[in-house]
Amino acid sequence: MENLFNRKYIIQGLFIVVALILMGQLFYIQVASDRYFLSANSNVLRKKYTFPARGVITDRNNKVLVQNEPVYDLMVTPSLVKPFDTLALCRIIGIDMAGFHKRFNKARNQSKYQRSVFEKQLSVQTYAALQERLSRFIGFETQNRTVRHYPDSVAGQFFGYVKEVSDKDIEESDGYYRPGDYIGKSGVERQYNDVLRGERGVENTIYNARNVPQGSYLNGKFDTLAISGETLVSSLDIDIQKLGEQLLKNKVGSIVAIEPSTGEVLAFVSSPTYDPNLMVGRQQGNNYMDIFRSPNRPFLVRPLSGYYSPGSSFKPLDDLIALQEGVIDPNTTFNCPGGYWAGNHFVSCEHVDGNISLRKGLARSCNTYACYVFQKLMTQKKYKNKIEAYDSWSAKVRKFGLGSKLDLDMPFERKGRIFTSDEYTKRFGKHWGYTTVISLAIGQGEMSATPLQMANIMAIIANRGYYIKPHLVKGIGEKKDVKKEYLVKNSVDIDAAHFEPVIDGMQDAVNASYGTARASAIPNILFCGKTGTVQNPHGKNHSVFVGFAPRDNPKIAIAVIVENAGFGGVYAAPIASYITEKYLTGKISGGRLAQSEAMKKLVVLPDVPRPKIKWAPKGTDSAAKPVVLPASPENKIVSTKTTIN
Amino acid sequence: MTTQQGSRFFFNVDWITILIYTALCTIGFVNIYASLYNPETSTLFNFSSNYGKQLVYIITGLMLGFSILLLDAKFFSVFSPVVYGITMLLLMAVLVVGRKVAGNQAWIPLGAFRLQPSELAKFGTALLIARYVGNFNPKFTDVKSIFFAGLIIGFPLFLIMLQPDTGSALVFLAFMFPLYREGLSGYFLLIFLGMIVLFIADFLVPSYILIPIIAVVGGFFIYQNRRKQKMMFSMILTTIVAIAYLFLVKVAYEKVLEPHQRTRIEIMLGLKTDPKGAGYNVIQSKIAIGAGQLTGRGFLEGTQTKYGYVPEQSTDFIFSTIGEEWGFLGCSVVIGLYIFLLLRVINLAERQRSTFSRVYGYCVASIIFFHVFINIGMTIGIIPVIGIPLPFISYGGSSLWSFTVLLFIFLKLDSNRMGFI
Repeated sequence: MENLFNRKYIIQGLFIVVALILMGQLFYIQVASDRYFLSANSNVLRKKYTFPARGVITDRNNKVLVQNEPVYDLMVTPSLVKPFDTLALCRIIGIDMAGFHKRFNKARNQSKYQRSVFEKQLSVQTYAALQERLSRFIGFETQNRTVRHYPDSVAGQFFGYVKEVSDKDIEESDGYYRPGDYIGKSGVERQYNDVLRGERGVENTIYNARNVPQGSYLNGKFDTLAISGETLVSSLDIDIQKLGEQLLKNKVGSIVAIEPSTGEVLAFVSSPTYDPNLMVGRQQGNNYMDIFRSPNRPFLVRPLSGYYSPGSSFKPLDDLIALQEGVIDPNTTFNCPGGYWAGNHFVSCEHVDGNISLRKGLARSCNTYACYVFQKLMTQKKYKNKIEAYDSWSAKVRKFGLGSKLDLDMPFERKGRIFTSDEYTKRFGKHWGYTTVISLAIGQGEMSATPLQMANIMAIIANRGYYIKPHLVKGIGEKKDVKKEYLVKNSVDIDAAHFEPVIDGMQDAVNASYGTARASAIPNILFCGKTGTVQNPHGKNHSVFVGFAPRDNPKIAIAVIVENAGFGGVYAAPIASYITEKYLTGKISGGRLAQSEAMKKLVVLPDVPRPKIKWAPKGTDSAAKPVVLPASPENKIVSTKTTIN
Repeated sequence: MTTQQGSRFFFNVDWITILIYTALCTIGFVNIYASLYNPETSTLFNFSSNYGKQLVYIITGLMLGFSILLLDAKFFSVFSPVVYGITMLLLMAVLVVGRKVAGNQAWIPLGAFRLQPSELAKFGTALLIARYVGNFNPKFTDVKSIFFAGLIIGFPLFLIMLQPDTGSALVFLAFMFPLYREGLSGYFLLIFLGMIVLFIADFLVPSYILIPIIAVVGGFFIYQNRRKQKMMFSMILTTIVAIAYLFLVKVAYEKVLEPHQRTRIEIMLGLKTDPKGAGYNVIQSKIAIGAGQLTGRGFLEGTQTKYGYVPEQSTDFIFSTIGEEWGFLGCSVVIGLYIFLLLRVINLAERQRSTFSRVYGYCVASIIFFHVFINIGMTIGIIPVIGIPLPFISYGGSSLWSFTVLLFIFLKLDSNRMGFI
């Protein structure tokens, strides 16, 4: 009997064990796993989203550059659909029956009870036609949203484009994005996406087991209204942006203009360009491929990812370094017999000027003078060897923003290239010296820069020794916030006094009778600049001009590159002068207006179609690849095809 | 004398058990109210609604319970064969005059009320088993006593299977515990456990792997007992029976169980998923319970409950309401109350002087245990769907009253434990 009494504990123990098993399973489904909790919410909650309007982008004078246009998505909830006149619906939205079934099945596979998109971005006209009959199409409804519209059809590469989020975007957004949301994919739309996108609105509705709505969830405690994105005030001046695009029409190249005192980018032209409106709407995908396949790569954002040797436009910079180092003074002269012998190769000039000083050397773009300056810099006694000399020189050049990113507020900026001494040693072995790299004296050889960097150098000279990081957005939102980094002056460590002699030379380049850009002088304005004719292994030389105006208290610094257009004074300089004049005075004066109109009509496209280049996401420009060549003088090859004056 | 007896009688009643009973009934009412709640029409005391009816059942149940306390304790022992007989007659009657509800012929209509004889059969059987053990004091080591006990339990079980109401029939297996307490070999429980394990293993492991495993395990025990002839013999027999069982159970599974029962078992074992059909109930029940998380969504705040996602929520799936609105803590309280009640009843049973009262106490605990385990296990997906109510909590008069009667008879016997029956 004694042992039978003990069986009480076995039975009680069994009860407790079973209770613990039940609690274990309860703990798993209630506390350890949130799977059931989430399923419960998806059981009862249906979220209806309202999409915010993206922020408006204006130019520097508050003129609207991008606005929003209403479109309508046709939504379907498959479980609610009852038999109806499908043909009528197909006719209104312009699809066939096969397309109807394809879309309907897709929606049904996604979810029977949740709304999904049936057809995207119906126009206002289609919407009007649809709205009349919508009551007959049970289970279908429309949803408003907005798409971008660009009234001026300019600055495609500046804006970039907006596209439906990809699966990757959704994954990376940490739950912010849902299928059907839009995101800026390139340009300013991408860079300032967080500012522009606004907040999606949501309305939570509870549904019962029979899928009948039961009112809002917790009295709308979690419902939100859509909040439009903030307004961006861009730094662009739409007038000169437009003019720049017109001037570069049918040409390949780039224009960057900067306000020196603020670092604000006034013009950001990349040619060929495209109408940004093509990247909006239902045809976006097709248009994208068309633009992608068209010649000369319109999607390449040349101002910040086109690589060009600066050519002679580099000379003022080198002269500034030489003045600061004290190896020359403004009156130092060198003898130009029509060229310079660097070891066993010859850098020629187009002219024979005899003794030539800084001012005239810049105005006439004397290669001999530039080579002597470079020779002086590289052979200073204070350096132990050529490597130290070169490193010291390249460090000073880099201060001007060459060879590194300027951190423009735009994706995909590239940093350009300045060789390090190690790279030269690797290429030439131990035996190289200033004669080996003499091409650098005239901005050729192992040196490439983006148009943005070239324009920024002009801003430095205009400011007499410092720059503010160039940027494309002047103010964010209603308060017009400016990022702090755009208020910092970056000094290049050249005394302000050394700038005047160099600027004298640049003034003469445009305004003196012997200047290389004498045809581009602007009446009543002291336009200072420097031409460049950039050797290019792939075809004709690139026409380059950099400059700023007016000489005192400059308002605009500019760099213009026209690919394969030859002499810098022929294309780039006049284009720069028209834009500068327009910006400073609001018009192009006198006979120059007709000249600018003629310029708009000129066609300068590469003679040979470029070989198809595989898509490189960062957008390299093969034309500007630095290649080691014996230095070539600026004026050696004169364009035979085009002369305008 | 009457007054003295009266005061002694109330003094002797185990008020703690009554307190737990009342708590469980109250929890039941609150959750039935929540699961039937409709913001437009609900008022707390609406006797045309099901929660209003439940309130009536609870009050009448309490009255019924207290009137049982007023009866003479000897009554139950003396009349147990009569009660058993009546319930058996009702079980037979239901097969003839019963109304078919959801495939089961389990209900006898009595005016506005429906009687479910299988509920009554539980305490009828419990009384007779207690009487049998009390009177004859069998040791359950001989075939004869096992046979008689088996007959008492098997007869109603057989009649209920004819309805067919597998769930209620299954509860009769609960009588193994009191018999075990009174001397039935523990092997019966082990064999029973082994049968369940083999049954499940048969689904999850292919026969050509399972049979060698059984043979190897059996072989090991046979080898271990090679010097004890009797043990060796029984080991060999067990192994052979186990293998034979595997074949038999497959046939029985196909022939005896209804297709919907097979589906439920396969869903529970994870061999089948049918979220829109047979699996819907369990999935929605698990979702509702899981939605409660640690502390629950709060009274009348359960969305799955309020918007009718769990079918049968006020009856068999009432636990999903508790799970959603009161969370893991609420579930723990309910399970804790049950365990406290069960352990209490067992302890009370052990203090009885009469065997009749003790055996009856074990019967009560075991029946309640089976219901709780099967019902909660079903709502959280560890037991196939078997439609039996959660004692004291599920909606329904038959169920509430029969559990009340079951428990209060024991409380009466306990209050009279010093007397002789």
